[in-house]
Amino acid sequence: MLAWILQTTTRLIAGLGSATLGALQGLGKRALFVWAVIPALPYSVWRIRLLMKQIYFAGVLSLPIILTAGLFVGMVLGLQGHHILTTYNSEEAVGTMTALSLIRELGPVVAALLFAGRAGSALTAEVGLMKSTEQLSALEMMAVDPMKFVIAPRILASIIALPMLAMIFIATGIFGGYVVAVGWLGVDDGAFWAQMSEQVDWYDDVINGLVKAVVFAILIAIIALYEGYESVPTSEGVSHATTRSVVHASLVVLGVDFILTSLMFT
Amino acid sequence: MQNAPLIEIENLSFYRADRKIFDKLSLQIPRGQITAIMGPSGTGKTTLLKLIVGQLKPSSGRVLINGQDVNQLSRNALYELRQQMGMLFQTGALLTDLNVFDNIAFPLREHFKLPEPLIANLVRMKLEAVGLRGAYALMPAELSGGMARRVALARAFVLDPQMLFYDEPFVGQDPITMGVLVSLIQKLNASLNLTSIIVSHDVNEVLSIAEFACVLSEGRIVEQGTPQELQQSESDYVQQFLKGLPDGPVPLHYPVEPWSVG
Repeated sequence: MLAWILQTTTRLIAGLGSATLGALQGLGKRALFVWAVIPALPYSVWRIRLLMKQIYFAGVLSLPIILTAGLFVGMVLGLQGHHILTTYNSEEAVGTMTALSLIRELGPVVAALLFAGRAGSALTAEVGLMKSTEQLSALEMMAVDPMKFVIAPRILASIIALPMLAMIFIATGIFGGYVVAVGWLGVDDGAFWAQMSEQVDWYDDVINGLVKAVVFAILIAIIALYEGYESVPTSEGVSHATTRSVVHASLVVLGVDFILTSLMFT
Repeated sequence: MQNAPLIEIENLSFYRADRKIFDKLSLQIPRGQITAIMGPSGTGKTTLLKLIVGQLKPSSGRVLINGQDVNQLSRNALYELRQQMGMLFQTGALLTDLNVFDNIAFPLREHFKLPEPLIANLVRMKLEAVGLRGAYALMPAELSGGMARRVALARAFVLDPQMLFYDEPFVGQDPITMGVLVSLIQKLNASLNLTSIIVSHDVNEVLSIAEFACVLSEGRIVEQGTPQELQQSESDYVQQFLKGLPDGPVPLHYPVEPWSVG
């Protein structure tokens, strides 16, 4: 009996240890990946055509989903906000509420989640396929650094695209809230905008919201590209990598959002 | 120096996880000739190529190219050396978002600031050499397997390298394309004064053009010499491999417990 307990405890401790080591190793590999890509980033600023192409893929092609989602999120906010605020006879505040929740939280976070699903998964799959078709090897053999040619432009493009997408999401969201609150539920037009512009602060709200979007963009791009770059070069491997990319990126966005919010708004 | 081997592999060992791929392998690849590295699938032929060009690091041992240890080179020096190397990948590995012309122009544009008309001339010359000057505007997805490989070959020697590596150039090709590739490889090697290294298990095609050949098995070189010397090898293994016999030192059956009845 004693031996059994001892054995089980040892196994538990060993399992815990190897899981911790595995996690640390994964973290270390990602850190090395980031370390390798940093010197390549300035170079990709000058490759305007490469960069523009990636901004088009990551940003412009994500517009339909961002516009649709923004509109509906804003409309729901308008409805719910009006419903709650009427009980306190302050339905004019629905503009403020919609704008603040979008600018501070929903804009950057939901745009980032959608971005991880649409652009992040595409990045992982693309780079994973480039690896499995030996294109990354071929670049190395042509003495072209894949970090400079493939990875860096995609990271930079994400950093440029996601904050813009988040802003567009916020704008359409506020418009959606306006249509529902003012157009449908009869909130006063002037009060809606006046309260909003009085309550929303440029630095505290807008800039912080944009900082969030930039941080999310960096995280999503690095997770997506790392998964693609390190994927097992088979169809199964690439499909697993794509799934992992979206799941990890989404969870990291939500977790980091909590940290950022607690730093920014307390 | 002219007669010194171009590539020297010394006591090279390589492990993947715990599996031993190469065990103290030594090989000298002569300058200016076509060398064939042969062996059945799964013996690590492609891995050996990657070790030679420095894409993989050996567990122990050295790879010397022109007397330089590939694994001691800085990243920049290695990239400079790579401009002296061309590689034809098994899948062609063309960049899928560029057309044929831009694929071949890619290494030129990345490394040299040349005027566009000059690049166009160089690219057309290389395409002409592989017989595809008319196909310059096609996208990689529109090419047949054989054409893709010829385009990839044109790209591999667009920088006029010293060495060309071929990773299974004949796999999955029809007999006509095979013939075209065989004669292309031979022509290129002679006219450009190259050193070519072909990794393959297509015995007849490879031995028809190789001047030096070796056979890999279980992480070692079991036989090396001219194609004639290989044909006369006394090793049962080499004979089985060259003649394609179904049974021999390499058994037909994967290791299994013998049948038992009752």
